Amino acid sequence: MSALRYGFVIGPLLGALWMVVLSTTVAVAMSFSTGEAFRPHILLSLLWGGIIGYTISQRLGDFWGEVMGTASLVILILLASGPLVVGPEASAFASIFAATALSVAFVWSVHVILDDMPAKALTRHEFEGAVIKFLTGFGYIFFTAIVLIPFYVMVLTSLKNQAELIQNPLDFSVDLSKGWDLFRSYDELFTQFNFGTYLVNSFLISVLTVFITLLFAVPGAYAVARLRFKGRAAFSRSILLIYMVPMIVLALPIYIAFSMTGLRNSLVGIIMIYPVTTIPVALYMLQGYFRGLPAEVEEAGLMDGLSRLKVIWKITLPLSLPAMASVSLYVFMIAWNEFLLAFMLLDDPSKFTLTRGIASLNSSEIPRQHLMAGSVVATVPIMALFLGLERFMTKGLTAGSVKG
Amino acid sequence: MSETSPPKGTGPLARIEARLAWGLLAPTITAVALVVLLPLLAIFWISVKPVSLADLRAPEVVLREDIRGDDEAVGDQATIRYRLRNSSQEQPILGVTFADTVPEGLTITEVDPRCTLDDRALRCDLGDIEGGYRESLTFPAIVAQPYLDNALRPQDSAADVTGSASNVLTNATFTLDNFKRVFDGAEFWSVFWVTMFYTVFGTIGALLFGLFAALLLNKSFKGQGILRGLYLFPYVSPIIAVAFAWILLFDPFSGSANALLIQMGVTQEAINFFGQRPLALIMVTIFEIWRYFPLSFLFILARMQSIDTDMYEAADMDGASPFQQFWALSVPQLLGILSVLFLLRFIWTFNKFDDIFLLTGGNAGTRTLTVNVYEQAFAVSNIGAGAAVAVVIFGCLLLFSAFFFKFISREEGL
Repeated sequence: MSALRYGFVIGPLLGALWMVVLSTTVAVAMSFSTGEAFRPHILLSLLWGGIIGYTISQRLGDFWGEVMGTASLVILILLASGPLVVGPEASAFASIFAATALSVAFVWSVHVILDDMPAKALTRHEFEGAVIKFLTGFGYIFFTAIVLIPFYVMVLTSLKNQAELIQNPLDFSVDLSKGWDLFRSYDELFTQFNFGTYLVNSFLISVLTVFITLLFAVPGAYAVARLRFKGRAAFSRSILLIYMVPMIVLALPIYIAFSMTGLRNSLVGIIMIYPVTTIPVALYMLQGYFRGLPAEVEEAGLMDGLSRLKVIWKITLPLSLPAMASVSLYVFMIAWNEFLLAFMLLDDPSKFTLTRGIASLNSSEIPRQHLMAGSVVATVPIMALFLGLERFMTKGLTAGSVKG
Repeated sequence: MSETSPPKGTGPLARIEARLAWGLLAPTITAVALVVLLPLLAIFWISVKPVSLADLRAPEVVLREDIRGDDEAVGDQATIRYRLRNSSQEQPILGVTFADTVPEGLTITEVDPRCTLDDRALRCDLGDIEGGYRESLTFPAIVAQPYLDNALRPQDSAADVTGSASNVLTNATFTLDNFKRVFDGAEFWSVFWVTMFYTVFGTIGALLFGLFAALLLNKSFKGQGILRGLYLFPYVSPIIAVAFAWILLFDPFSGSANALLIQMGVTQEAINFFGQRPLALIMVTIFEIWRYFPLSFLFILARMQSIDTDMYEAADMDGASPFQQFWALSVPQLLGILSVLFLLRFIWTFNKFDDIFLLTGGNAGTRTLTVNVYEQAFAVSNIGAGAAVAVVIFGCLLLFSAFFFKFISREEGL
């Protein structure tokens, strides 16, 4: 390790690696947005990245020197001997844009990475500082890419048609001249595939699940958090244990019982099952919160002659509104996203939930953009709700250990 | 000398409190018992029964009733016909009887020896019928005026059928064939190893990625909230939506990932990511990591933000480098949450069904134990074998939980 701790070693090394990261990023981003052939050239990336990294780490150029360096990097790329190779079909604008973006981003960011680093021998601090900056930059790009790409593909596929998709699977450019015709898959989903009903079904089921869950979980959580009784510890453990029972194990007997009693294929059956799967989670999250509330306020209420139930209703509940919000949000999310039970128990297309509806779109006769449009319809409401109430969600998820 | 000691036993106040507590818990306990404990018991019961999907409906007598011949005018000769059959081809039905009311104005002239006619009440006792039995009972009758005035026809009044069949779910036939099937040959062990691979690597991967993401976001800067929200996307969106997005992305014929790899020269021909061994298993494990790293990220970030920063300042003064601080200060502080997360995620990944079911359907060497439950019960239609796999899963789960509770009692929090 100590051999690395010199500015003239680590500068070109980090520069070379960083160029590989950036040229790959730009190539992938440009390919995904234009459909043209952009690809990183790994060897040339290492070479040019190393040279620029060396120059900057040794402070060889002033500001204008760096501007010149950036410009020559752009020209190198356009002459096809830079870190990024552009296919011959790509438009001039796209090539120039990609070359400039890569060059500017690289020179600027390599500056940030190598800034606090002396040219010669490094202390351990300075060395690790530069490595950490490199890793941080890589981490942001990496995580943002892996999270965004599937959603990007999902949304843009839903705006395309089958022929365009087969022709160039990379071309996700949106043809704005089509106007409202872009949203044809969505229109067809709602007019021909009954997605309006599924949306309403999913929404009703999720809201009802939230209410029923709270109705059961609030008293239960209060009892576990505040009241002393024999078997309290055992009870809160069994709650956790139940929380670990796999759904598929329960789904089998539930399927049999519902087949025999005729509850299969009915929304009532679904509403009977969903809350029970969420009650343990909700109870666990709420009791954690109730425990954190000051007991003195409740005791004052008891002294003033309120009954326990009144205390819960008039003191504990108003104090725990934030927790209720996050639990409701979480339960709503579980019910909205639930797939297995809906898939096994619902056969009648008029009673589908959204997830079950999407599953029914997965057939070779239905074009794929419909499948993706359905996925977008299911994802957007939960994302919007979640981004709007993100603070509650983050708190709620961490308040109780949460299942996925 | 009187001895002073704390009061023993439970006082009246404590008893009232306990009663209230159980009262408040009663609805939850009932609901959970009905939907969780009862099915669990049922799984154990079914796992020792030779039951297939077709046996779920108990055999029953199917009876259709109609009138044949002329029944247009007074004095017409008509025939009331009862067609019976056993819905099951194998199982007998015992003590089959049916009773019906003959419509007004029809006079039955001849009665089957097994039947009795009392005024208009017809009653037949057919005894036991075999599997696959079918028979027509006919009763010649003469039409009179009231029948024509009355709109009531024989088929309008349903006959009352009784008969008891032995249901395979409730009778006393037991078998260990299901378990024999499950443990038979190499298949069980291949399924088991696939499950272990998926669980171990999925869990560790999600933890490491979560830790990395948490380290990235453990500082305040502009846009931190947006990135935090963004990194939770995989976890909060519906599984079915993201699974299909992945399938499309990695499609061997028209997937963008393959197009990208070919264009970049990484591969010459399209790769069938979800369709070939052992790549499919690696892909579903990567999907698992992708989908659940946000959860570990969230918990680890919450723990990191509660660590006292003074400690880091002191370490800085003493000359500890960033990596030394991470190993010597952060890691020990995070060890608790990391191990709890590891155990929880291990159990939940072991139990995971939807992801693999949607991505590969358990094909191409990705069949885990949970997918095997579905496969046995619904694809092969052998519910008993499915239940037997479920029992095996439940056994593993108990083992893990025992370990978990032993551990978590030392590890505060969560």
